[in-house]
Amino acid sequence: MAKIIDAKEAVALIKDGDCLMVGGFGLVGCPLTIVNELSQSHAKDLTIISNNLGEPGKGLGVLVLQKRVKKAIGSYFTSNPDVVQANQKGELEIQLLPQGTLAEAIRAGGAGIGGFYTPTGVGTKLAEGKERKLINGKEYLFEPSLRADVALIRAYKADRLGNLIYRKSSRNFNPMMATAAATVIAEVDEIVDVGALSAEEIVTPHLFVDYLTVKGECRL
Amino acid sequence: MKAKEYIAARTAKELQDGDVVNLGIGIPTLVVDYLPRDVRVFVHSENGILGVGPSPGPEHADADLVNAGKLPVTVEEGSSFFDSAASFGMIRGGHVDVTILGTLEINQRGQIANWAVPGKAVLGVGGAMDLLEGAGKVIVATMHTNKDGQPKIVKETSLELTSLRPVDLIVTELAVFCVRDGRLRLIELAPHSTLEEVRQKTGAEFDIEWRENMETKGV
Repeated sequence: MAKIIDAKEAVALIKDGDCLMVGGFGLVGCPLTIVNELSQSHAKDLTIISNNLGEPGKGLGVLVLQKRVKKAIGSYFTSNPDVVQANQKGELEIQLLPQGTLAEAIRAGGAGIGGFYTPTGVGTKLAEGKERKLINGKEYLFEPSLRADVALIRAYKADRLGNLIYRKSSRNFNPMMATAAATVIAEVDEIVDVGALSAEEIVTPHLFVDYLTVKGECRL
Repeated sequence: MKAKEYIAARTAKELQDGDVVNLGIGIPTLVVDYLPRDVRVFVHSENGILGVGPSPGPEHADADLVNAGKLPVTVEEGSSFFDSAASFGMIRGGHVDVTILGTLEINQRGQIANWAVPGKAVLGVGGAMDLLEGAGKVIVATMHTNKDGQPKIVKETSLELTSLRPVDLIVTELAVFCVRDGRLRLIELAPHSTLEEVRQKTGAEFDIEWRENMETKGV
């Protein structure tokens, strides 16, 4: 059964040097209560796997300004000029992946797959340094899967077991991240009794989820 | 009709009833406003929606419901939500019929560069490469020249290519080109443009293969 903790206790599970997965497409589907609490803590030298690093001064963008992110793996960092600046100053290493490759690397990591071959990016700058393989006459690039120490994800509702449902387009990377980290913390609007969610609608079964945190008032 | 609206309206004619369509940011998002009544398409958004509807008024925006440009949208009846891995599986797996994209430049072979902005750090790619890889048909809907009046269609681009795959069709405010066998083919002029203007504003070689009623325009 998932343990219910508050945002402070959630953040206490994150150590210096940890690799985190953080859900969200921009700020949509990002666990902002936990991320905001993280910005009040001291964990540093973090590697963050997330599609973006928030927006200027918002969400994960705060951690960038605090220089606590050592490396970021994602698909779209240009929407936050602070990230671009930190990278140019050499303070923040960035690994850029096509969005579909990022999503699949996380899915594979959670499914026990070591890596996969994708045709996306063949012949482009993002293919540099990657193993190439011809399969049935078509060229593919090898991409290793991704896993993390802690995943911070956002769901709509949980039941007390930790079964999760999502809301609209805030689902994005969250269900894969729920499968791909040693410790998974889900921030939710509401925790309901077991049985209140239909077995047909549950997207993330509870075996993936270690902790639940109820969303607080978000400071944005 | 302004240039961008013309491009959107002309591009809309390429869509067929029942198509699953992914729309890029900018002009491509306008295309659905110009669909004929008897053509219904299903708009796919790579952040996890099939069945995107029109944008809501500001008072009806839902913070959890945005498109890939992070703008508020609505959903139509019969829509569905899914995660990013499933969404890109749809794209790479060939389940999206058409993608309509903008671009920075297009080379003479119809390959596009639409992700790495010149002079800026290359730190964002998003879903562009996956869409080029997997969409059934790729249509570029773009202004013919850039903000400085320079051709976007050039012999060779110095920008980073998005994919080795050439696009299928290029629609601008002046003309429509198709790409076949690694060559650009001018198939149509816009109502108020001339072959001379297209030649002047295009930085690449192209063949002429008029389609539809172009002969009657006397070109």
